Amino acid sequence: MSATLQSRRNFLKTSTLTAGGLVLGFNLFSSSAKAAGITKATITGNVGFNSYLSIGTDGVITLFSPNPELGQNIMTSFPMVVAEELDADWTRVKVIQAPLDSTKFDRQSTGGSGAVPHSWKLLRNAGATARYMLIAAAAKRWNVPESQCTAENSFVINKTSGAKLGYGELAELAATIAVPSEVKWKDRKDFKIIGTAVKNVENDKIHTGKPLFGLDFYREGMVQAMIQRPKAFGMKIKSVDSAAAKAMPGIIDVVTFNNNVAVVGKSTWEIMQARKMLKIEYEIEKGLESSSDHDKLFLTLLDSTDAKVQRKDGDADAAFKNAAKVIRSEYQCPFLPHSPMEPMNFFADVRTDGVELIGPTQTPGAARTAVSKLLNIPEEKISVQITRLGGGFGRRLKFDYVTEAAELSSIIKKPVKVTWSKEDDMTGGSYRPAVRYRFEAALDNKGNLIAYKLRGVGINSGNPTRQDNFPSGAVDHLLIDSVEYESPITTGAWRAPITNFLAFAEQSFLDEVAVAAKKDPITFRLELLEKAKSSPVGEIKYDIDRMIGVIKLATEKARWGQNKNLAQGFSVYFSHRSYVAQVCELAMEKGKPVIKKIIAACDCGEVINLTGARQQVVGGIVDGFGHAMFGKLTFNKGETEQKNYNNYRLIRMKEIPEIEPHFVDNGIDPTGLGEPALPPTGGAVANAIFKATGKRIRQQPFTDHELFKSTPSKVKTRLQNSPG
Amino acid sequence: MPKIQLKVNGKQLEADVAADTPLLWVLRDHLGLVGTKYGCGIAQCGACTVHVNGVATRSCIFPVSGVKAAEVTTIEGLSEVGDHPVQKAWDQVDVAQCGYCQAGQIMTAAALLKQKPKPTEAEIANAMHGNICRCGTYHRIKEAVLLASTQK
Repeated sequence: MSATLQSRRNFLKTSTLTAGGLVLGFNLFSSSAKAAGITKATITGNVGFNSYLSIGTDGVITLFSPNPELGQNIMTSFPMVVAEELDADWTRVKVIQAPLDSTKFDRQSTGGSGAVPHSWKLLRNAGATARYMLIAAAAKRWNVPESQCTAENSFVINKTSGAKLGYGELAELAATIAVPSEVKWKDRKDFKIIGTAVKNVENDKIHTGKPLFGLDFYREGMVQAMIQRPKAFGMKIKSVDSAAAKAMPGIIDVVTFNNNVAVVGKSTWEIMQARKMLKIEYEIEKGLESSSDHDKLFLTLLDSTDAKVQRKDGDADAAFKNAAKVIRSEYQCPFLPHSPMEPMNFFADVRTDGVELIGPTQTPGAARTAVSKLLNIPEEKISVQITRLGGGFGRRLKFDYVTEAAELSSIIKKPVKVTWSKEDDMTGGSYRPAVRYRFEAALDNKGNLIAYKLRGVGINSGNPTRQDNFPSGAVDHLLIDSVEYESPITTGAWRAPITNFLAFAEQSFLDEVAVAAKKDPITFRLELLEKAKSSPVGEIKYDIDRMIGVIKLATEKARWGQNKNLAQGFSVYFSHRSYVAQVCELAMEKGKPVIKKIIAACDCGEVINLTGARQQVVGGIVDGFGHAMFGKLTFNKGETEQKNYNNYRLIRMKEIPEIEPHFVDNGIDPTGLGEPALPPTGGAVANAIFKATGKRIRQQPFTDHELFKSTPSKVKTRLQNSPG
Repeated sequence: MPKIQLKVNGKQLEADVAADTPLLWVLRDHLGLVGTKYGCGIAQCGACTVHVNGVATRSCIFPVSGVKAAEVTTIEGLSEVGDHPVQKAWDQVDVAQCGYCQAGQIMTAAALLKQKPKPTEAEIANAMHGNICRCGTYHRIKEAVLLASTQK
């Protein structure tokens, strides 16, 4: 696919519009600023071309990766796009995590599967522009027209003479060339890097234990701290007796601020021990809630007369009165902690001349703004260095652990690294909200879906529905509303927010409706999609053809309905701009359902890194499957009943099914893949379980269901490690 | 507090720590070997796995006083230049996502292969079951262990 860029005038306008984000440094690299490239060099001896790349005279190309890396492989896929358009020799490329710099980059955050879709064109421009300048430099050197030159593998080649000049030799001259106002992108058929499997650029460091993560950051003179936060949501500190803790070896100070008691010391183990000696009295500030309260609350909220309408098409109530058949079901999910492997931590050094923040964050910009406000220090005096993140899953979109580190540093006037224990993480809040849904469907006497209702009720969930997702647009009469309950228990975005559970509930319910309509579940969905296409109801905010595309690919790859020895379950979901259909295959063994395989068909647009894309799909499915099977965080009087992996169960190796990812090859611009594979999994699995057993699972975790209650021997072994 | 002597990655080292300090924190806070990770602190996730006399050991609950004359090997010392067959297989299969748990996974796998050079898939799953990967890289871990078992 080629693209002609907009005119230079428009381009500059766009540059200015992108939130101060320098698209390419075009405005700085105007033809009058001849040496701008050289002065912008980020590394000594290198020639800077734009925010994303600089070239060393030795030919080594440094690519800057601006977005936080948490396992979505952005440090590999972003540079791949730049290198592709640059025609760079990938074996001589060095990738560096860029610090927060809102003059060079925009949207320097990780979340919403949005980095690649957002930056796709910026990255291509970055590479293509520099390539153009290198070619122009070579043409100048050879005194030949630019059209006589081409680029390949970090060389410019004279097509007539066959002469070659390396990018390193050309870099300085190239940087004096006027930045082109328009560059032509490669046609996708000419891609040499995009679409191939390129290994994680940090593999060697990961495999040899190099200090990459926030928790690995140490600096001479820094102190360490752990913070005791209230054990239950709704409690606040009444009094603190820190004498015993202060007397422990290695302890420098104990500081109380807000609802925190920070134990500051020389080493992690010493502060862990001293923290146990704190005597803190708490008092109740707000209600101390238990999961049993929430279960009752949900039932009340489902019948509330005060719901917020999210979408209304036609007259659902009237249509239900005329229905030949009505199906009604409720689905519920528990709270879940994000539980990334690396616990929360951050380094902060608040000095009179400025603030240094170093650590794992998905939102460095927002964290800086929050610290600026909290300490009343201008943002330009605050630097944020982004370390590799040991997982995020949405937890590190929040920056509570950044601001508390900064606040503590400002109080003790020392550089400090604050570390959370696993227990701190699991009990410390920001969970996937607990939600309950009531679905209702009305069928006419031919089994057509004529009306559909969904009510979502949630605890600090915001809007727990996605009112414009399928089947909205395919049903004449539809009502989607929600009721919110405010709780002291804190919640936040958890990988594929809301859809991580809604998709399971909705896709299971649609399966129920298909069964009631006596239709094959895939045919049933395709009929609805055809209707949405031919006579759409209200606004349609998903791409019908892309959804049909993944349904057909999954059906074909799974040979839907052809193997009578296996029970198959289907689901398809649109989230974060991408489409994923899944077929789960299951066999009954000794009377128990055993999940054998999950086949996934994904449309995320252009696949940039095949190995990374497969990882995101397989990992997303393992994540979705594991949490659907085992994930459960419950509360007793405001306190979580699970505090660590001994009773909070995560999926382990012996529990994974085979997973087979497939991608639609349609060449549209990338639409994101960090999350979309997760939501459909629970539904595909539950629908396969129904197919095999006739039992419909409507609550997570599935292992709470009677089907899984008496555990076969295989599971017993497993439980030794994680009694869940 | 007497200094504690221990042999890590072939080097005789000492640390000024209390005897009950878990090996994990001695490595990380005192010896600058941060490749060994803190995950759960209760021997449930395996991120802190090191070798003590070649045996995969959870360093987060192993008191440093228990090391005595034993040889401790961490991810930094598994090979000179990161070319242990398990490390190479991890790269070839491109296992890591976030990468945080992988040092522990690699150490568990290396200990398994030392004890059992040609494990079956089931034996691999049994040995690796104690190591959690929150990103869900289990399929590739299994593949990489199998690959490493075919290499010298």
